[in-house]
Parts: sequence; structure tokens; C-alpha cells
Amino acid sequence: MIKVKIIVCIKQVPGSTEIKIDPETNTLKREGIENIMNPLDSYAIEEAVRLKERFNDKDIEVTAITMGPPQSEEILREAVSLGADSAVLLSDRAFAGADTWATASTLARGIKKIGDCRLIILGKQTIDGDTGQVGPELAQKMKIPFLGYVSGIEKLDKNKIKLKRLMEDRYENFEISLPAAISVIKDINVPRVPSLKGKVKAKNAVIPVWGKKEIEADEKEVGLSGSYTKVVKIFTPRIRHETKMIEGAIEEKVEELNKILKQLNVV
Amino acid sequence: MEIKVDKKTCTGCGLCKKACLYDAIDIIDGKAAINENCVFCGACVDVCRFNSIEISGIDEEEKDFSGYSGVCVYLEANGKTVSDVGFELVSKGRELAGKLGVKLTALAVGSGIKESAMEAFDYGLDKLYLADSPVFSNNIDDIFSRILVKTIAKYKPEIFLAGATWFGRTLIPKVAAILRTGLTADCTGLEIDEEKKILLQTRPTFGGNILATIITRNVRPQMATVRPHVMEKKKNKGSSKNYEDRIEHIKVERSEFKTEYNLIGVDRELNENINITDYDVVVSGGRGLGGSEKFSMLEELAGLLGGVVGASRAAVDSGWISYPHQVGQTGKTVNPKIYIACGISGAIQHLAGMQTSDIIIAVNKDPDASIFEVANYGVVGDLFEVVPMLIKRIKSGKPLI
Repeated sequence: MIKVKIIVCIKQVPGSTEIKIDPETNTLKREGIENIMNPLDSYAIEEAVRLKERFNDKDIEVTAITMGPPQSEEILREAVSLGADSAVLLSDRAFAGADTWATASTLARGIKKIGDCRLIILGKQTIDGDTGQVGPELAQKMKIPFLGYVSGIEKLDKNKIKLKRLMEDRYENFEISLPAAISVIKDINVPRVPSLKGKVKAKNAVIPVWGKKEIEADEKEVGLSGSYTKVVKIFTPRIRHETKMIEGAIEEKVEELNKILKQLNVV
Repeated sequence: MEIKVDKKTCTGCGLCKKACLYDAIDIIDGKAAINENCVFCGACVDVCRFNSIEISGIDEEEKDFSGYSGVCVYLEANGKTVSDVGFELVSKGRELAGKLGVKLTALAVGSGIKESAMEAFDYGLDKLYLADSPVFSNNIDDIFSRILVKTIAKYKPEIFLAGATWFGRTLIPKVAAILRTGLTADCTGLEIDEEKKILLQTRPTFGGNILATIITRNVRPQMATVRPHVMEKKKNKGSSKNYEDRIEHIKVERSEFKTEYNLIGVDRELNENINITDYDVVVSGGRGLGGSEKFSMLEELAGLLGGVVGASRAAVDSGWISYPHQVGQTGKTVNPKIYIACGISGAIQHLAGMQTSDIIIAVNKDPDASIFEVANYGVVGDLFEVVPMLIKRIKSGKPLI
């Protein structure tokens, strides 16, 4: 029996709540910033593991993959502790500076090397880059359909998946053939915390590290060389305004709020 | 590609280390040293006062893009109506096309959308490509991507812009990938570098703490999705009134109806209004609300202001309100004219989803809440007193003092 292979794409990001701007130098304060697994990816891992549990455990194999510097291995171990069966790290100096397209190209190569993938699950977006583009670009690169903002998976078999996606004002129910790629939103599940057994498994997991040679990628398709876009300037947003604190007794505050709303033509 | 620090001129001042977003610089023996976290973003090169850091080996071959001309905007429709972001982009596109001295076109795809799409001419559109067919009555990714790819490949605009709606943010990357060109997500600023005649695409990153300006390298068109409600709609009527002559119908072949996406059903008739990105006023509640029943108070206020109810993650996670109302990185990005935050402390992920709102009003009992840092108006107080009194004040129309 052939297993249904599910691949979950994850990314290590700076723990964003800690990123603050130093008001004096107008630069980022990096002290004490811990790297974490992109929080939105935890829903992707959880969903893959739930699919494994919901259907026949032995028929589904979950592999976590990331592209990043060597220390990204930490989040792959975390993924294993949360129930992934295996993990792969794509790491090479040549991958640095990748935009979403070059990232998608690299991941596509890695996923191809893993082989037989039926379903790719990603988080909605990362909290550092915030693009949400890697999923649809990866799917196109692999010539498989992509559905974003998935809020529920109703059915999965070897050939088809039935699911629901959220748009701004509605839900849409789709059935698509596998292989396919999807991105999931927070609504889909509540991620678990790692079990003790999971932690032990994670500690002992052997995580292969694949560079551009192993995934047979050309220098020109990865990293900055393989990117169609390039960052030319990074700056901190100008603070647009002063905050006006409305003072006084509560009646005065409410009266002032009403006045402001009147000036804004909404009352 | 290589990044090098000139050890002779580097003073080890650490400015580059501070400017680095990726923790890629260490100061070793009084000199900057670049480690493997480096992504070649160039932030260190810009801040170095001694020109000690150099990035080399970026292969920027000169390509001839003379076959590409004009700015093209995608007019996304919801039902028979073109979404506002389309007209916002036509207005912005007018400005960009003016600076480049090129034509402004738009592509509308939908079913029965002609009348609504023609409104784009009021914002200065030169030509409308119209793909109007019942096959486009639902948003099916591959059917839509085919028509976009076909039109872009035929008319070769140098710039293609679309709204960063949820559909846009899944459809447009697919289109860019098929066309093999670059795409910048969720931009909040677009400008023309008048010397190089290229598009400078600025977008928030790191939860809105950082803005990055991005260019499309050696491929065309330069594509960007743009955050709704950021660009201003500006009427700009052309001289000719004969709009009908300026429509080009895009023919759809039967073979192009094929889809891998089997749409089973659309659920629009929800019991609540979840379309929080489309309103001028959003009244949001957070942890301070303390329970689901209190959201009815916010609903009443939102109703009086012609708005809709949003929520922080804390409120959604507590089960007080459903996820489609969630504002922030984990939920939706909103950009209303007025955002009223009630009992929301202002976690960075929440701010990322609302800080580009025109006017932010915050009510919170904690004077140190970070929401006040982004608010235009702040009220320190008990929201259970302030909000009901405000509702009463608006309803009665009678001054309180």
C-alpha cells in the first residue's frame, strides 16, 4: 500500500512581539529576540497530524520541510515533536536572499526529492515576510492546484480532497484532485503542545540537510540569483501623528468622542 | 554573490549590526563579520558611514523591455460590482502612467460586470479589457488565472496591479508564477523611479514595523498586489465621453472553462456580517470586553456608525466572536476610515492588521496600553461606561453637558 505523503512547509521567524524600534537610533532592537516557528505554521502541522489521526494512521506520512539557515533545524525538531514523522532542512549559502519565487523554486526541488507528495500544507503567511505568496507560487511551480485560506478539510482520500475556504465575506466549498497544495487559517484547528513521547522522538530524529547539490538546483534558480524581486531599501515607518488623549469627566470624554465622530461624518 | 567587510576601514561601530534585520552581523575583534543569516538585503551597506561593506556578484544583466508598455490594473469583482480597490488602483495607476507617459488600461473579469467596470473611466482609464461571461460568476482560480495570463501576455503591460484581497493574494501569485515574473505582496506605497522608469513597491513587513521598498529585477511585467483602501480614489474624467469605443472584449474560448477546482457551493448567507474589510468604520473588541454578550454593545455602536464589528485575537480565542471577525496578522487586515478599538491592548500582531486605518480611536482602561501609541484619539476609561454612554449620546442627539 502506498502511503499518502503530506508535506508541511514551515519557516523560522523572529519572535515578532520582541521586535521594537530603538527611538533614538531609529533602528531595530534585536536584543533578546528568540527565533520561533512561524506561529501560523503550527496550524499547518496540526492539520497534517490530525489528517493522519483521522484517517488511517499508517497510510499517511507527514514530513516537515523548511528552507533557512542551519539553526532552522530547531523548528523541524519542534514539528517532529508535534507529530510529524520526518523532517528535511534545505540549507545552503546559495539560498540566501531568496524572494518568494526563489523560495518556491527551492522548496519545489526539495519536495520533488522527497517524492510522491500528495498534499502540501502551509500556513496562511509568515509573520515576518507577511506575503502569503510562497504557497501559490510553489503549487504553480509544481503544476498542481492551490487553495488558500482553508478553514476546514471535510474529506481526504488518495485522489481527492474536499475542503472549505474563507474569503472576506463568504465560505467556498471545493473538491480538488491530488496532488494539491493548500494554506490553512487559524480557524481550522487548535494546535496541540508536544507530548513527552514527541519530545523524545524529536530529540532523536535524524534530519537530513540538503543543499543546492542534493536538490539538484541550479545556482541561478535559488537565493537572490533566482529571485525576480529585490529589496532596495528598508526603513522604519514614520510616526504619522501624535495621540490626542481625551481628558475630563466621562461625560466630557463621550461628548468629545461624539464631536470627533460628527466631524468625521459618521454620526 | 558575496558580501565583504573591508577590515581596514571598518571601525566596529556596530551601526550595521543594529540595522540588520536578520541577526547576520557579529562584531568580532572590533570588526563587523557577516554570518550565514545574511540575506543580502543591503541594509548594512546603507547605514555604514565608512563604506566598508560591499555586496558584489549580483548578476544584473541588462534586458530589453521595450516590448512592454503601460500600466494595467485588475478590476476584481464581487458579484456584479467591481470592488473599490479596483478604482483605487485605477486612480493610482493614472498617476503612475502619467509619470511614465504611457497608457492606463484595466482588465475586468466577471459576470454581468460591464456597467460597474465602466465606472473605471471616471478615474482616468484609457482602455478597458472586459472579460464578461457567466463562466466568471464564481472565483475559480485556474479559470481566472488563464484569462489574466492571456491578457497580460497579449498586451504586455510593464506594470500590473491588483488588490491584495484574499482572492487576489492567491490568484495573482499563480498568475505571476505562470508568467515567470516577480510579484510584491500587499503594497502600501507605489512610486516611479523617474530616472530608471521602474516601479518602486513599498510594503510593510515584520508586522508593519518595517517598510521595505522592492523592485522587480530583470523580468516584466512588474507586478504588485496592493492593500485595499490605502490608495485614494480620485475622479479624473477624460475628454472623450465615448467610453464604449474604449472597451476591448476579451474572448473566452470554451476550452478555457476547464477547471481543476470543483466548486461545490458558496456559503454567503451567514448569520453575521463578516465582511470587515469592506466598511469605512470598524468597531473592534478585545480581551477587555470580558464576554461574548458584550459584543452586542459594539454591534449597536457599529450599526449607528454604519460600520461592522471586528475583534482581537484574544476575543476570538476566548470564543466570544467568530474568527472571520479577527483583525491582525492571524486574521484580516483592515483599513477603514475609522477604527475604534475597545478594550484592545494593542499586541503587535493586532496593530499589523489595522495601523494603516485613517483614524484610530482607542478606549482602554490601561493608560499604558500600546494601542494608544498608534491611536489618533485615546480615551482612558471603562469601556462599559464609555460605549453605552456614547451609544445613548448618538441616539438621543442631546448634549451630555
